Amino acid sequence: MREAKPWGMLAEFENTQTFYKGCEKIRDAGFSRWDAYSPFPVHGLDKAMGLKRSNLPWIVLICGLIGASVGFAMQTWVATTAYPVIISGKPFFSWQAFVPITFELGVLFGAFGAVFGMFGINKLPTYYHPVFTSDRFARVTDDRFFIAVEAQDPSYDERKTKKLLESAGATHIEQLED
Amino acid sequence: MSHGHAPRTVAAEDVIIPSGHALAKLPLIAAVVGLIGIGASFALMGDHPEQFYLSWLTNFAFFLSFGLGGLWFVIVQHVTRAGWSIVVRRAAENLMVTLPVFALLFIPVIMGMEHLYHWVHPEEGDVVLQGKLGYLNTTFFLGRAAFYFIGWALFALFFYAKSVRQDESKAAQISRTLRGVAPVAIVFFALTLTFGAFDWFMSLDPHWFSTIFGVYYFAGTTVATFALLALSAMVLQRGGLLKGVVTTEHYHDLGKYLFAFNVFWTYIAFSQYFLIWYANIPEETMWYMYRMEGTWLYVSAFLALGHFVIPFFYLMSRHIKRNRKTLAIGALWMLMMHWVDMYWVIQPPLAHHHGGHGASLSVLDLTTFIGIGGIFLAVYAWRMRSKALVPVGDPRLAESLAFENL
Repeated sequence: MREAKPWGMLAEFENTQTFYKGCEKIRDAGFSRWDAYSPFPVHGLDKAMGLKRSNLPWIVLICGLIGASVGFAMQTWVATTAYPVIISGKPFFSWQAFVPITFELGVLFGAFGAVFGMFGINKLPTYYHPVFTSDRFARVTDDRFFIAVEAQDPSYDERKTKKLLESAGATHIEQLED
Repeated sequence: MSHGHAPRTVAAEDVIIPSGHALAKLPLIAAVVGLIGIGASFALMGDHPEQFYLSWLTNFAFFLSFGLGGLWFVIVQHVTRAGWSIVVRRAAENLMVTLPVFALLFIPVIMGMEHLYHWVHPEEGDVVLQGKLGYLNTTFFLGRAAFYFIGWALFALFFYAKSVRQDESKAAQISRTLRGVAPVAIVFFALTLTFGAFDWFMSLDPHWFSTIFGVYYFAGTTVATFALLALSAMVLQRGGLLKGVVTTEHYHDLGKYLFAFNVFWTYIAFSQYFLIWYANIPEETMWYMYRMEGTWLYVSAFLALGHFVIPFFYLMSRHIKRNRKTLAIGALWMLMMHWVDMYWVIQPPLAHHHGGHGASLSVLDLTTFIGIGGIFLAVYAWRMRSKALVPVGDPRLAESLAFENL
């Protein structure tokens, strides 16, 4: 059996105002290894958490360009080299005819990039996470808001971090083990 | 939460152009320049009336885009009950009230019908044009034009008058009334714009036909209109107006529309080309043949590159749409490309019929641009000066002021 070691702390908030304030305090204290959980999207929370804009658009752009290139190259190769057939008297290399599939593959690969890139950035699927050991955490899908701070964060200090979260209005704080 | 500092109301000095302001003189200056442009165009007509009428029609199509685009923008905001756009809606309303003036600017097109439209005198034995006589004849053409202009003017003035009345009365009922009329207006708009484009621009080559042509012209007008809406707000803000009223968030949305409708234009333009290329029927392919002969091929290539490839990658970035300077460059570029598009649509067929094989800009393209553009700008700026720059009585103005993109 694995030895249980402290993973971090889970703070519970009863409303969005204290939750929002808690995020701002953790952000301003310079934490990097922490996350916020809420039952619904809280407008402006990304700013309160100090999150940078996602890199996802770049992933989508690159995937889309790869998809379009693959689509165009594939059709060019098939129509001119692998299986050249004269269709309604047009040249083998008729780029006009290749445009719809080039476009579609660009969109398809872009969509793949968006979905799987999002999975990757969010580390999904995650089958186990220490916050699941908390019984109270189940209410995150209903009416409670949580901030989890990892013990590995350089700014982490069991006593000070707890006080910081309490000063923001956390109603319950528990220690989590991995 | 994070947007608690946005102003809930607007101050009068931010939305009224003061009488001593440089922009207050713009209507008069533009009108004088426009009249000089029109005078110069007529003086230069000389022995080549064809070029005069073609240049006139090109610039008529270009500037009419803003009137129609403004009307369309206003109707769509009411149909969708849009909140974000209220602070830029008055600019579009000022654009659409230029529509009645285009009925006057259409008079030279009527004068030049014999030069512009081959179908006025179809040759003996031209069975195609004989068959189209029921639609393409002078009487019906003029009747339709009158119908379009009267309809556009009535809708534009109705929406304008109601919106201006709301500035004082602040009545929410006016918004509900306009929301009720807008769906009727949008059906009327779609049909009249389509047939207007068929009549005035597609029938330049009366053997040719393309059912998507109306949508093609529409797509171009939307791109040009979003570009002009963004630029208008920037000019007003440089003049010290609309401070904190039109924000980066609104520019970002106009930029998104500019990008999206430019892609829409490309989609329509390619769809038209693609089907004609595939079917390869001579009476359809002629239209593209004219545009691939001689130097016209370069204009066509420039259009594909400049109206799609370059702005597609340029306007894709969020940073470029949210920065005023870079958005202004994109908007100016799109205005230029819309002009090239109108030139490419209107000028080749007649140049071909008169034996020319290349694209060459005429001085009349410039003088008619100044002439029609001056008159258009005079009316636009006159409306801007006469009323508040923002519909201050709209009950949901605060929603628009506080608007934020996610």
